[in-house]
Formats: sequence, structure tokens, C-alpha cells
Amino acid sequence: MIVRRVFATVLALLVTACGAETATPRYIESGNPAQLSEWGQLQIRGGMLEPAEGVIAYDLTSPLFTDYAHKLRTIWMPEGSQAVYREDDVLDFPVGTVITKTFYYPRGEEAGALSSTHPGGEDALAARLDLDRVELIETRILVRREAGWDAIPYRWDASQNEAALNRIGDIIPMQLSHDGQQLAFNYIMPNVNQCASCHAPDSNTRAIAPIGPKPRHLNRDFDYGSGPANQLAHMAELGLLVNAPLPEAAPHNADWTDPAVALDARARAYLDINCSHCHSPVGPADTSGLFLEPDTPAGPQLGLCKLPIAAGGGTGDRPYDIVPGEPDLSILLYRMASVEADVMMPEIGRSTIHAEAVELIREWIAQMDGNCA
Amino acid sequence: MIRTFVTVTAAASLLTACGQGGEAGRDLSGADTDYQSVLLEQLIDAQPGDVITIPAGIYEFDRSLMLTVDGVTIRGEGMDETVLNFQNQVAGAEGLLVTANDFTLENLAIEDTIGDAVKVNGGRNIVIRGVRVEWTGGYATENGAYGLYPVQTENVLIEDSVAIGASDAGIYVGQSRNITVRNNRAEYNVAGIEVENSVGADVYGNTATNNTGGILVFNMPNLPQRGHRTRVYDNDVFANNTENFGHAGTPVASVPAGSGIVINSNDEVEIFNNRISDNNTANIIISSLHSTGYSDYAVQPDFDPYPETIWIHSNTFSGGGSSPDGLDLTALKVVLFGLNGSLPDVLFDGYVDADKLVDGAMPAALRICVDDEVDVLNADGPNGFENPRVETENYRCTLDSLPAATLDFLD
Repeated sequence: MIVRRVFATVLALLVTACGAETATPRYIESGNPAQLSEWGQLQIRGGMLEPAEGVIAYDLTSPLFTDYAHKLRTIWMPEGSQAVYREDDVLDFPVGTVITKTFYYPRGEEAGALSSTHPGGEDALAARLDLDRVELIETRILVRREAGWDAIPYRWDASQNEAALNRIGDIIPMQLSHDGQQLAFNYIMPNVNQCASCHAPDSNTRAIAPIGPKPRHLNRDFDYGSGPANQLAHMAELGLLVNAPLPEAAPHNADWTDPAVALDARARAYLDINCSHCHSPVGPADTSGLFLEPDTPAGPQLGLCKLPIAAGGGTGDRPYDIVPGEPDLSILLYRMASVEADVMMPEIGRSTIHAEAVELIREWIAQMDGNCA
Repeated sequence: MIRTFVTVTAAASLLTACGQGGEAGRDLSGADTDYQSVLLEQLIDAQPGDVITIPAGIYEFDRSLMLTVDGVTIRGEGMDETVLNFQNQVAGAEGLLVTANDFTLENLAIEDTIGDAVKVNGGRNIVIRGVRVEWTGGYATENGAYGLYPVQTENVLIEDSVAIGASDAGIYVGQSRNITVRNNRAEYNVAGIEVENSVGADVYGNTATNNTGGILVFNMPNLPQRGHRTRVYDNDVFANNTENFGHAGTPVASVPAGSGIVINSNDEVEIFNNRISDNNTANIIISSLHSTGYSDYAVQPDFDPYPETIWIHSNTFSGGGSSPDGLDLTALKVVLFGLNGSLPDVLFDGYVDADKLVDGAMPAALRICVDDEVDVLNADGPNGFENPRVETENYRCTLDSLPAATLDFLD
């Protein structure tokens, strides 16, 4: 039995080493494989990085901001297993599920330069990355094992053919053109323990969990190569998701960039995906009394006229988390607009200011009625 | 009046960004930069029961450390021998962040972190012993907020440790239960030692000096846990006269320089056998959230801002009150006590819960009792500070002693 497993592993390695034609996705029950390719989730074929057969790419309506990095996300479940729908939580994934998130930047027009957007416009097929047009930074694996989820990070090498296990994190100097400006910053690859800074959303159990694959983030269209299809419906159709309602009946967050959507919905969607995994009544930031979940009522819990608790320099000498109508008196905006380690929010995951989101939250606070007198 | 005063202080700190600033901190030439990755790996691979030992030496870190495994001890060879320095930190809101039970940190120093030095978020049975946290460039607004910072923990012992230079609190225990803070030294922090929204704390044998405020027992609204039952005894709390270099908006920004022991909105606090001296605003301040610049709109409806069941006895006092912080308190002092006079040892802002009065008086068990030979000034906050008055006799009473915190969790 053991012999057979070892043999199968060797075979899988031979077949899946990145650069080979096809990969075979695998569930690895324990340990920290040294190479990303051992998981067989992604393959490089014809100069393209793409999900292996049976691995589904997905996207979130409003994603977490990570220094303007683009992200290729995938899910794979072992043959014959399914995820179970949960309305307000991450889908209940079976043991053996492997989720990957690959962080990359488009290449700029000049050689060696990186950009926050593709100079020639975005790829139609976001699930396949043309390696001539992008630089891969890191791929993070979340694997659902018997005892729970494990987080395992990989750093792509200079050749862009393989990513190697990196558990202690890294500080990667980055030069990025964005919106006509050059951003110079340190891209921070977190260490394994820091995965729990975001991915342990219940501070009582401290169990590691995915954040993105919740119905409200997944309930959107994705082009799988044959025209747009709703992601929840697609997974259900493939037999990978059970008990899901029709997309119309499932919750859905706003796309924070969509000007056609109401400002409040856009702001709340942004705060949800960027903040609520800590700022919830059970999250590690419940110490602050500030909750940024999508259903937190507009009041002190959402920060309105709420005194800071342990913000230290994070207050920016401002009186309350949110002062309605006064973005420049609101601590929340101050912390979003900072890159100081003891000031900025989120505490990890970015080294640049998300200027467009700061603008969104500024508008959101500015149009609020009332005051804190 | 205190509220006005608070505003003045806040504006002052905005303008000045206080501190000794610019002092040369720890010299890192020759510091070990390779050890960082070793310790990061050890923290990732840690198993329950592990003792991670750090030899004597000066180690430089450029990012924060995190531990998520229960039952781990991190031990150095002494708070002046094993030094973890974060002067060149580029990432992470803390030096060390711990989210685990049964954690012990001892015999080392954590210096110059961008944010908090040591934060323990959640967890039971937390021991911090013989640890020095310090900002080595001197006190400054730019320093990290907290030195030793357990929050939402249960069973906490902080002993024989040193906290210097925090821009908020040197030793801060928040939203926790069953706490002992003993035999520590807190110096040049905004708050030396602060117990906030915590239940069952013993703070004894500590030295708090040269802070803005020496020892604080606070309650803040809108938090999952309201605090009560704190004993502050056998401490030396003297000359806490350092300018308030905290950030406006933080709870400690309302603390006047020259505060010895401050109780804010907390209940069941017993302060005894302390030696309290030369705190230039007042040796003891008892106040309500009403005096700290809060917004009515944002306070949870059931929050009780009134300090009740406060017993002050058997302390020794000397000096203090001679040079209160802020124009309003200075004016108050001059009007009531003369140019060369002093504010009394105990300053009370005067807010009481009218709903609890029985025939115009507080029920005996809820009173503020000052059973030391010192005067009490009621600042008359509820009436716009119009009629501040010494009314010592109203507070001559005694209460029952509070139960001790336990150390049963130690083997």
C-alpha cells in the first residue's frame, strides 16, 4: 500500500512538474511539499499558466486588496466529493479540497517593468495567464485536511517555471506603474503563522479557514471559456456544490468598482472582503468593538462616533472611527490611507495605499448624515 | 472643566508631537541579522511543550513574529542579555503577536517596535516574566502604542518586567480575567500600567514613575466585556509628570500629566498600602467617561460611566497637586488654593448616577470611600465645573475588601 502510494507520488511528480503538458491535481494528506507543482493544481502549457483538468478558476465580486496584485484563484475537490452550500459562511468543503491563489502582476510596456494593469487591456480569459505578459510572485495553497485547513505558501522562481515552499515569508522590493505613477514598495510575503492573521476568523477556535469562497462573494459571472456563467450555478451544474439555491436567491455583494451600484453597497462590500474576517464579533479584532460585516447596522459598531480603544498612533489624532460627513476626522479612513505598520489597516497584506478605495470610503463617509456632537 | 482641559491637552499634543525625540537608540552595528529566519522557523514549527531558547545577543528583526501554538515557552538569558531589536522593522503591527494558550515569555527584551511590542490576543494562562520592552530613543509620540499587551486573555501573570517609552501604555491588560501584575517597573510611558475592561486584577509591588499617569483602571464603552474588581496595592507611584505624548483620540490622551492613580468609569476598585507622591496634577483621580470627550451618540445604552464602589485606604501620600497640567486645572488650583497651594490628593470629577441615589445619597456599597488623611476635591463636572469644592467628609467611609486574583493556573 505504502509502496503503491510512493510510486503514485513519483509518477505524479514526473507528470506534473511545471512546464510539462498537463498536471494531475492531488490531495496531499500531510506535510509541506517543497514544490508547488507537487499539488498538480496548475500547469504551464504553451506558455500559459492555467488550472489543471478538473480544477476550477473563480473570482470574487469584490476582492481583497494586495498592493494591486492580480490573483488567479482555483478550487479543486477530489473526484466524487462536493462542497455544501452555506448561506453566510464559506462553502463547506470536503476533506481533500485544495484552493490556490496565485499573485501576479502584468508586465509593463518597458522590459522588466511591472504594471497594475495590462498595457493592452485585460485578458478575456482571466483563468489563463500568458507568461510573456505577467510576472508570477507567489501562490498560496489552502488545503482541507482531516484536522482542518492548512495554509502553505510558495514563491515563484525567476525562471517562472516553478514555485518553491517558503514558510518564513519574504520582503520583495517592487516597482509598479499604476495610474501614471511609479509605486516603489516592499511586497510582503507573510510567514506561515501570519496566515492566521486573516485566515483564523474565529478567535475562539482559531481554526484556519478560507475567506473568499462565500456565496456573497462568489455569486457572479465568470467566463470559463464558453461565455459568462454564474459561478455558483456552474459549480452546482458540475456536481461540485450541493444545496445551493438559484443565484437570484443567494446573497451577493456589490462590485465595489461598479459606479452603477449604490455607494453604500459598494463601500460595505469593500469593507466586508477587506476587513470583516477580523472585524466581526468573533474575529481577532473584536477587541476594538468595530464590526465591518455586511449586516452590521449603521451605528457605533460600524464605527459611527465610536471611540477608538487601542489604536495608539492609529487614531491620527482623530476623535472617532467614523464621523458622519467628515472623512478627514474619521480614524477608519486615516488607517486605510496609511502604510505605517502601526497605523495601517489591514495590519498585514499591503504596503501601498489603495487610493481608489480610499476615495470610495471618503465619499461614503462624506455623504453620511448626522454628527457626533 | 476637565473636559475643557482634555481638549486643550489634545490640541497641545497635536501641535508638538512630544518627546525626547532624536536621542540615539540602540546601536545595531554588529547585531545578528541571521537569527531572524531561525526564530521564524522555530515559531512555525513549534509544538505544545516546546521551549524556544534564545541565547544572549543582540538580534535585529525587520518584520514581526507570530506564535499560534499552545503551550510554548520563549526564553532568553536575561532582559539585558537577550535583545530582540525592531528598529529596522518594515512590516507588522507588533514585535511579537501571540494567539495561543499556556504561553510563557521570559528573560529577554523587545525593543523599538513600530507598533506594540508584545501583544497576546486571546488565550488562557499567559505568563510574562522578566521581560523588558523599551523604545530606546526615549519617550516619543512616534513610539509604538503598547509594551506588554494581553487582551481578551484569562489567567495572566506579568511580573518582574520593565516597560519604557510606550506612546500609550507600558503594561496594558485589556478585556481580560484573573490578572496579576506585580513587581514591574513602568517608566516614561503615557500610562505606566493600565487595566481596562478587565475583571479581577491585582496590581501590586510595581514602581510607576515618570509616566504621564502612573496606574490606570479604566472602562471603555462598546466592548464585549465590562471591567470591575481591581486591587491596586503596595505600589510606588511617584512623580508621574511626563507630558502627555499620546495620540489624541486614544483613551489615555485625556490623562493629565501629573496623574498618580486614575480610575475612570470602573467599579469595585480598592487602592491601599501604596506610596503615592509628587504627582503634580493629583495623586489620585477618580473620573467618569463624561470627562473624557466621548460622544453620547456612540456609547452603548447600558454602559455605566460612573465609578462606584471605590475604596482608598492605608496609603501614604506626599507632595503632588502643586502644578496641575492644563490651564483650567491650574486656574482652579490658584482660585481655590492659591498660587503656592496644591490640589488635594484625591480629585473627583463629581459625576454620580442619579438613578441610584436613595434619598439623595449613594447606597453605602456603591460609594467612593477615601479613608486616608487626605482631602477630596469634587470638581463639580455635572454642573459645568461651576462649583468645585473640597468635601472630604462626604467620602470618609469604608467598604469591604475585595477578593484576590488567583495564581492557581501556575503549576
